Amino acid sequence: MSAIELELPVISDFFDLPPYGLPQSQKAQMLVIRLRQLCWHHYERCVIYRRLIERVFGGEDALNFERLEEVPFIPVPLFKTHALRSVPAEAVVRTLASSGTSGQVLSRVELDRETSQRQTQVLVKILQHFLGPRRSPMVIFDRKVALDQPGPYPARVAALLGMMPFGRDPFFALKEDLSLDIEGLSAYLARASGAGGERVVVFGLTAILWQALVLTMEREGKKLHIPQGVLIHAGGWKKLQDAAVGAEEFRQRVQAVTGISRILNFYGMVEQVGSIFFENPRHYLQAPVYAEVIIRDPITLRPLPVGGVGLVQVLSAIPTSYPGHSLLTEDMGVLRGVDDPTTGMNGRYFEILGRVPQAEVRGCSDTYPTQHSTT
Amino acid sequence: MSQTKLARCFAEALGIQEQAVTDELAYQTIKEWDSVRHMALVAIIEQTFNVMLDTNDIIAMSSVGKAKAILAKYGIDCDAA
Repeated sequence: MSAIELELPVISDFFDLPPYGLPQSQKAQMLVIRLRQLCWHHYERCVIYRRLIERVFGGEDALNFERLEEVPFIPVPLFKTHALRSVPAEAVVRTLASSGTSGQVLSRVELDRETSQRQTQVLVKILQHFLGPRRSPMVIFDRKVALDQPGPYPARVAALLGMMPFGRDPFFALKEDLSLDIEGLSAYLARASGAGGERVVVFGLTAILWQALVLTMEREGKKLHIPQGVLIHAGGWKKLQDAAVGAEEFRQRVQAVTGISRILNFYGMVEQVGSIFFENPRHYLQAPVYAEVIIRDPITLRPLPVGGVGLVQVLSAIPTSYPGHSLLTEDMGVLRGVDDPTTGMNGRYFEILGRVPQAEVRGCSDTYPTQHSTT
Repeated sequence: MSQTKLARCFAEALGIQEQAVTDELAYQTIKEWDSVRHMALVAIIEQTFNVMLDTNDIIAMSSVGKAKAILAKYGIDCDAA
């Protein structure tokens, strides 16, 4: 057991809890204890976090909260301007970076061994709820070289690595030039289904699947036959929103070209890899026991009840190597309900409505002069 | 060391010397054993020992010793193999 885990004994087996098993009231009780410990942990180890708590939230008293809504939060853009780390540099085993378009400043988060392994553990736990423990043939909508790059992993690759334990002999569906390898994919699928109609898991970013799978197959007038398929996708809808493609249309057109009826979206960010929000059967995003969502009024930042549209705050029980356990995102969302008996999944569920226009998100990152991360 | 077959799997998947493969060798404690090569390791072990590991096995396989324990679950004695 690591030093960090000895310092944070918390609730035994918290990370072994079933992701959607606890009713909200019980979950909140357990999660708030863990988050209080994480807040103190980072307060004592990360100078920038400490200054933020002191200047914006009034100091240590802010860390003695009793409710999830009272957990201090930091704005996501702070990860673009500051190197936030709560462990010595030599403890870092991997750096993740947001996959921004060129010219954008990237968010960077640094993982130590514990945080990295906890991310994997939680991600696997959540995915097992949908896929079970077994592994399947897997089609990955990326290039094989995505895994070879040195340096910080983009969020895209981090997500892909999280999926990998569920794949057996995965097939990378994109060629060097990012076009779809239709022949290779067809051969792979024939081989996979030849082995007894096995389930095939397809994974990719929403925008890549739209471009490389849906539009390519439609243009070529071809169809794949993956009746046992499960397609998992994540990542921004922006390009699709610009093209006025909604979630429902995305699912229909994916199904039309692949035969896959089980299509699952998840919402997550590079600053909180692991504790992702998976789509429930009603197509709302469901908070697992290891994470939470709070919707806040964009002006007053007060928490909003079910139905209120506001800024999305995400909480995660995972990170100890960087203070990413409570983040105010740049996304707008709406809480849709809690503990839904119709889906059998406990916890809050919500919907993402899109990005806040750039200029509106200032928040407490303005408290500090901008300095680029040098790590 | 009598764990030759397993040591060879580790050496090949991680690109390290067989002598470096001890029971205590743990995931992410050397730069060669990262999550990408972990999956290569899983593939080689499955091929070599003709087993199918599930996702729980993959995340539990955090050291050479753990790998032995997991294979033992499938009736494979690495120290004898």
